[in-house]
Amino acid sequence: MSSLKRNRRIDKAFKYVGIGCTMFGLLMLVIFIGNILIDGLQRIDWDFLTNLPSRKAEKSGILTAWTGTAWILALTAMIAIPLGVAAGIYLEEYGKKNRLAAMVEVNIANLAGVPSIIYGLLGLEVFGRLMNLGASLLAGAFTLAILILPILIVATREALKAVPNTLREASYAMGATKWQTIWHQILPAAGGGILTGIILSLSRAMGETAPLIVIGALAYVPFVPKSPMDEFTVLPMQIFNWVSRPQHEFLVNGAAAIIILLLITFIMNGIAVYLRNKWQKKITW
Amino acid sequence: MKKPGERIIEGALAFSGLITILTTVGIIVVLFSESFTFFQQVSIYDFLTDTQWTPLFTQKHYGIMPLLVGTFLTTAIAIATALPIGLTIAIYLSEYANKNFRKTVKPALELLAAVPTVVYGFFALTVVTPFLQSIIPGVGSFNALSAGIVMGIMIIPMISSLSEDALHALPKSLREASFGMGATPFQTAFKVALPAASSGIIVSIILAISRAIGETMVVAIAAGQQPILTFDPRDGVETITAYIVQVSLGDVQHGSIEYKTIYAAGITLFLFTFALNNVSYWVKKKYQEKYE
Repeated sequence: MSSLKRNRRIDKAFKYVGIGCTMFGLLMLVIFIGNILIDGLQRIDWDFLTNLPSRKAEKSGILTAWTGTAWILALTAMIAIPLGVAAGIYLEEYGKKNRLAAMVEVNIANLAGVPSIIYGLLGLEVFGRLMNLGASLLAGAFTLAILILPILIVATREALKAVPNTLREASYAMGATKWQTIWHQILPAAGGGILTGIILSLSRAMGETAPLIVIGALAYVPFVPKSPMDEFTVLPMQIFNWVSRPQHEFLVNGAAAIIILLLITFIMNGIAVYLRNKWQKKITW
Repeated sequence: MKKPGERIIEGALAFSGLITILTTVGIIVVLFSESFTFFQQVSIYDFLTDTQWTPLFTQKHYGIMPLLVGTFLTTAIAIATALPIGLTIAIYLSEYANKNFRKTVKPALELLAAVPTVVYGFFALTVVTPFLQSIIPGVGSFNALSAGIVMGIMIIPMISSLSEDALHALPKSLREASFGMGATPFQTAFKVALPAASSGIIVSIILAISRAIGETMVVAIAAGQQPILTFDPRDGVETITAYIVQVSLGDVQHGSIEYKTIYAAGITLFLFTFALNNVSYWVKKKYQEKYE
């Protein structure tokens, strides 16, 4: 057999290995979702969504968990979006060459790689103790906002980068100031990209468990939070709590809660992907 | 000349950028100050050499070794799972697959990365562990193997996506030259494209390792909470992150030595990931302009 033939065979073989590996990844996703649906779907009904947690698995619901998640998402968004977008604008439009910007850039790359549980340790000390927020919704939201800030900043910068310079130059030529240019021209043009980044980072915040455990969020909260100073639980915490129990009935509850969590996650990601595609198609400079 | 309003806005924007620096400073200060008081009570020598970690028992030992071994065991298993699969996917998608296949598969794989980690923990505990128990004798109901494998599945998209980006960014001429010499796509991929994109691929691997070291929920759910010094992947182990979770769930008094141990564990974790992130940043900066 000539080496030419052998090489072709290796090539063919690798092609199938490649398809196999790709399919393995996708198959895992399918097994994953299938298994959870089988376990949890039967448990989902109106009561499951509106019941408080209980010692008895079949009476337990996720009311406190999903209201907590909604609270956390809203508060985190209010804290993180202005800060993240503003920092992104600064880095991309103002401070391209100065030292502060260079420092912030290295810093963001580093922060993006810090394990989420470390943010929990920071939040416990700074928000929980120094600012005296304890294990409240506000402390959780601050912690998660700090956690997603690097993602938001990077996404904002990418979106701003995609806006062509001609737009800026045209605006300056009309006598607009820098901020007028950014506010009236650049931001609307980059809006789709920024929004995509916001949704993806919030989806990330929603799935986080570890930092909230560290700041002291409770696994068992028998009431719906009414103010940002209330103690809380969130869906991933509730899932973790149920999954850590030995009884099978609680595992089923966990699977059911996972279905709800995944549903929201996938919807958010779907919207983000849709926005990204739409935005990329519509605007061709 | 700038209007005063413009200056105020610029200042506000710059302040937002500063928040990220404050975060880093905050992390370092908090971790160092809390662990400083820890190391006043426990010598660094004991911390690094003692082979038992039992701060929550009456007979207290503060050797970080079991937690470190647990962390590296699960990480090694995760990388051993994710690297071959992730890299093969990257090569297949960039060198073999047609554009449409690539366009559909990549977002689907990235969906794997969007799944919250607590869900992966559930998967490890309820699907992978029973499966492993049925084929390998001696696998405990909490074990490093299952947690490691699932963590590997979790980081496949990270390696495949970042490596694919690196391969995709190579100039076409490189491949055309190789094909022109009569090389097969396989030869081109492994002898031309992979070496040329090696810096990007190395970055993806380092980031994956860092991610696996810091991963919490999968190991907290599926690997167990026994800080036993073992290299047997069938046994339960406790990672640094799982320990922090264990203490946080319990009722530990602020200022007590048990409370400080989570900061000592945290700083160990932080130093490892910090070093890895910096290496990856350095690799990226140093080699990225090679082919531009």
